Amino acid sequence: MTSSIGSRVVAHALLIIGIVIVAFPIYYVFVASTHSLREILNPPLPLIPGDQFLHNYYEAIFGGVRRIGGVSATRLLVNTTIVGLCVAIGKIVISILSAYAIVFFRFPFRMTFFWMIFITLMLPVEVRILPTYKVMVQLHLIDTFGGLILPLIASATATLLFRQFFMTIPAELVEAARVDGAGPWRFFFDILLPLSKTNIAALFVILFIYGWTQYLWPLLVTNSNDMNTIIIGLKKMISFADADTQWHLVMVTCILAILPPILVVVLMQRWFVKGLVESEK
Amino acid sequence: MTPRATFPHKFLPYLLVAPQLAITLVFFYWPASQAVRQSLFREDPFGLRSTFVGLANFKHVLSQPNYINSLEVTVIFSVSTALISMAAALLLAVMAEKVIIGRGFYRTLMIWPYAVAPAIAGMLWLFMFNPSFGSLAYPLRWLGIDWDPLLDSKQAMVLLIAAASWKQVSYNFLFFVAGLQSIPKSLLEAASIDGAGETRRFWTITFPLLAPTSFFLLVVNTVYALFDTFGIIDAVTGGGPGRATETLVYKVYKDGFVNLILGDSAAESVILMAIVIGLTAIQFRYIERKVHYG
Repeated sequence: MTSSIGSRVVAHALLIIGIVIVAFPIYYVFVASTHSLREILNPPLPLIPGDQFLHNYYEAIFGGVRRIGGVSATRLLVNTTIVGLCVAIGKIVISILSAYAIVFFRFPFRMTFFWMIFITLMLPVEVRILPTYKVMVQLHLIDTFGGLILPLIASATATLLFRQFFMTIPAELVEAARVDGAGPWRFFFDILLPLSKTNIAALFVILFIYGWTQYLWPLLVTNSNDMNTIIIGLKKMISFADADTQWHLVMVTCILAILPPILVVVLMQRWFVKGLVESEK
Repeated sequence: MTPRATFPHKFLPYLLVAPQLAITLVFFYWPASQAVRQSLFREDPFGLRSTFVGLANFKHVLSQPNYINSLEVTVIFSVSTALISMAAALLLAVMAEKVIIGRGFYRTLMIWPYAVAPAIAGMLWLFMFNPSFGSLAYPLRWLGIDWDPLLDSKQAMVLLIAAASWKQVSYNFLFFVAGLQSIPKSLLEAASIDGAGETRRFWTITFPLLAPTSFFLLVVNTVYALFDTFGIIDAVTGGGPGRATETLVYKVYKDGFVNLILGDSAAESVILMAIVIGLTAIQFRYIERKVHYG
């Protein structure tokens, strides 16, 4: 269906306005991160990047963030990367295993287990924060990576997605594998995993973003600055805001917190879009 | 579900589901049951004594003007966020379907906010509209608006809704694009041959056929606005000024961790659980019609 030239011009115009609104907040902070503190505090901010790029980023990464937040920018990035990666990989591993059991085996309580996992969709962290926090205290998981990661890696959505995908795999494939003498592990590693590659890639992007962008849970379960994720670190930097706040360093930290997940989404766009639209529908 | 080939094994399947079940039991079922239990007890702030009070916590919570206030705040915030981000995303998706050159370019730029944490989305908007150094606060002042979202409750709400909708536009955009692509082109061509113009084709064919996508997104966006926006609120307003932006989730957090009214906080958690269960049930009814669960 082709549209008239006029309506296509209108479409481009609206899209450009849309893109400007969507991209502007990120661009604005990037511009701010390249100007000196004095210029940031004297609005309006110029619309083009300033000449303090190297200076600000160097200062923030080597000592500036530690001075304000009590923990270095590198440490914050490392922590957040660990959380993002472990949440994504952990979720994928435990959900692919349980989906494998539920689809390819028959055993007592199979459907009970499936429903037990399914119902967790209805219990997001936010509705059970206080009791989950108490469990963390009892298990001595406060200020540990275990505490940051474990409660986030049980995921009904990933299990459901794998289950749905496994059910489309023809029964003949399983029979053929069995006739050829392949055991369940052989079948899993040599046939199922290679077939699931696209789904795994898509889920990886979605779950990495999920882990990276967590807020409420890391806020509760970490007291020590050294265990903060970059988002919590950033929140701490601005919550003590006063006349002396080094806003240019805050802006740099903001960009450091935004950049890695954006890169993941943009570089893995093809799988991400496919996986997102298919996994949730 | 059709009977399918399976592996005959007694213990292996239990071993395979064990990790997920263990985590689910320890971090989901145990705390959730604790929340239900605690909502029926009243505990002193030091956790030394607790007495069974039946439904008194619920009665107490529901009779508080503060709770009714946060219910109103939640409804205003969620409905506005869902509607604004969906309407903007639909408009942009329809436009993106029309253009031929630059489609991939537009999509790449459109998905950025998906990767931004809600708390950071809030900070970005706060930086732009910060009353003391935000560049966009100046034009508002110049227009004669007394702009200070940290003191004016209506302006605080507007800023939160803007940040929350901005963050969610990418997600809705991707789903609307997928929804648009699944509409059979032959239908639109037939209508075009019958003389229906572009606007007419949109409202009589495209819009009704997008209903399943829109409905799905409505539920997802409501859940998003209810829960995932905690970071935005905490970073931008902290529930203030006063209690003007204190949503239900924010109140659970505040009563539990700041004010230490544990019984109330637990009762609020249980009410929220009921809301999520309701929303998930609606969503599942919809999914059920599309996907077959054996």
